[in-house]
Amino acid sequence: MTGTVTTAARPGGPATSGVVSRLPEYLLIWVPLLLSAAHLVSFSLWTIWISFTPSTLIPVSGWVGLRNYTSVLASRNWQIAFDNLLLFGSAFVLLSLMTGLILAILLDQRIRGENALRSIFLYPLAVSFVVTGTVWSWLLNPGIGIQKLVQDLGWTSFRFDWLVDRDMAIWTIVIAAIWQSSGFAMALFLAGLRSVDADLVKAAQIDGAGPVRMYRRVILPTLWPITITVIVVQLQFAISAFDLVRALTNGGPGIATQLPALVVYDLMFQRSQLGRGAAAAVLMLLILLAVLLPYAAWRYHQRRQATHA
Amino acid sequence: MRDRSFAPSRMLIYLVVSLVAAAYLVPLVVVVLNSLRSNVEIAQTSMIGWPREWAFGNYLTAWSDFCVAQTCAGIRPYMLNSALVTIPATIFSTLLGAVAGYAVSLWRFPGDRWIYGVVTLGIFLPQQMRLLPWTIVLRDIGLINTLAGLVLIHTIQGLSFTTLFCRNYYVAVPQELIRAARIDGAGFYRIFWRIILPLSPPILIVTVIWQFTHIWNEFLYGVTFTNGQQQPVTAALIALSAAVADIPQHGVQSAAVMIAALPTLLVYLLGGRYFVRGLTAGAVK
Repeated sequence: MTGTVTTAARPGGPATSGVVSRLPEYLLIWVPLLLSAAHLVSFSLWTIWISFTPSTLIPVSGWVGLRNYTSVLASRNWQIAFDNLLLFGSAFVLLSLMTGLILAILLDQRIRGENALRSIFLYPLAVSFVVTGTVWSWLLNPGIGIQKLVQDLGWTSFRFDWLVDRDMAIWTIVIAAIWQSSGFAMALFLAGLRSVDADLVKAAQIDGAGPVRMYRRVILPTLWPITITVIVVQLQFAISAFDLVRALTNGGPGIATQLPALVVYDLMFQRSQLGRGAAAAVLMLLILLAVLLPYAAWRYHQRRQATHA
Repeated sequence: MRDRSFAPSRMLIYLVVSLVAAAYLVPLVVVVLNSLRSNVEIAQTSMIGWPREWAFGNYLTAWSDFCVAQTCAGIRPYMLNSALVTIPATIFSTLLGAVAGYAVSLWRFPGDRWIYGVVTLGIFLPQQMRLLPWTIVLRDIGLINTLAGLVLIHTIQGLSFTTLFCRNYYVAVPQELIRAARIDGAGFYRIFWRIILPLSPPILIVTVIWQFTHIWNEFLYGVTFTNGQQQPVTAALIALSAAVADIPQHGVQSAAVMIAALPTLLVYLLGGRYFVRGLTAGAVK
């Protein structure tokens, strides 16, 4: 009933009500939205500005041009992080896409227990990356995890020590990330499969298409817009991945599994290099934009086509 | 291809799906079993095994006894911190997002498209771009290392998601409904209260579940803006792993992990349908 108090003051409706009587509603709409919009714009500009200053322990004014950027880009830490991002991003996105698609197709075969199975594939999404990373760090730890179990069972020469292997450690993050979020790809693909035009399927069946041909020629081609969405969302996660790596390898062994988000945190809060940390954050944003801008352009194009059709 | 017969190909489908499902369950099963095994037993064998003796005491130790950074109160204070951040921030961001979503979809005001567009960009802007400004702002307003500071951050940032969810739901409400109510003399809040809110439970449940899960699971802000006794449970778990690195206590740690993961797992079990709807809504729009 709180609504009646504010509205009783202007029985004539919006046409006769003045700005003053509508002040409370303006405040409640505008203040939170403006705060949100203002913080997004100003914080971004602020971080960009810091990236051009010689700030170290505290933000200071001054202008050093691109010096922070060149020093971040030249650092081994960033170079390893960037290479890792390329490998982790492409491997994780491709594999979770494939896992999700296969699971969705299998679940779409009218199998018993579909609901239970779907819940199992999706539950990792409800768990924090910290928990995921911690648990996988135990499973993949050669001293106490899968390697130890298999060796105790009698296969003493069994090796599964990627977690402590500089060259393979990045793959442990790929494994944990796939476990955590391939269910997301599955959910979107399954929704896509369920919305495939039934007439299309029927027509293909009448034409004598077998199941494999049906999927390749009729059903899968309708899924590509969903595929692009899944790729973009997963890439967005890969680019800003922090918690998972922090809990699983903490960037190690050494700096073998360094990723951009860890470099940013390290520069800002452990080395007190605010200017360089901000520059690394802006570089992260640029990598993200390299993914999002084409996506936005594609979405815009799709919408225009939809309205013209 | 979609019959219910038990041809060999269908058996193969069941076999593959069950194997994958089992693999997905392994981490959960391992943690549950380890949370009931003694630290000594795990150290002698491996993380994967059936408990020889049920060590229910792990949960008690994890809840109220073990030490993180010179404080020996278990995970309880950090669970409380997480609850005190997550619950208010979820409520505030959902309510404000519902009103904002209603305003930009049905009421329209000058400049609303612009504001809405900028607010939804918050979904994409990396947290790293806001870390330094938030640090400075929180310090200036005296909220650094407080739970209130985290509530503020999660409320403001949550608005990007909650406004988007609610706006996309409310655009489907027919304008005629609003127009008729306005002719009857109903104003902004009265229409919200009487017409919009009764239509809203599905989207509010989606939004609440989404916000609760994300804020509870959030780590970067928690570890950056709080320390010691003020940390949320995700940050405390990392601190615990570091604290026991020399003498691992995997039984107790597993119990702590289970306790920390339980709230969002319960929410998922109870509201799975809405959880998935939030996932797809967040992705597609």
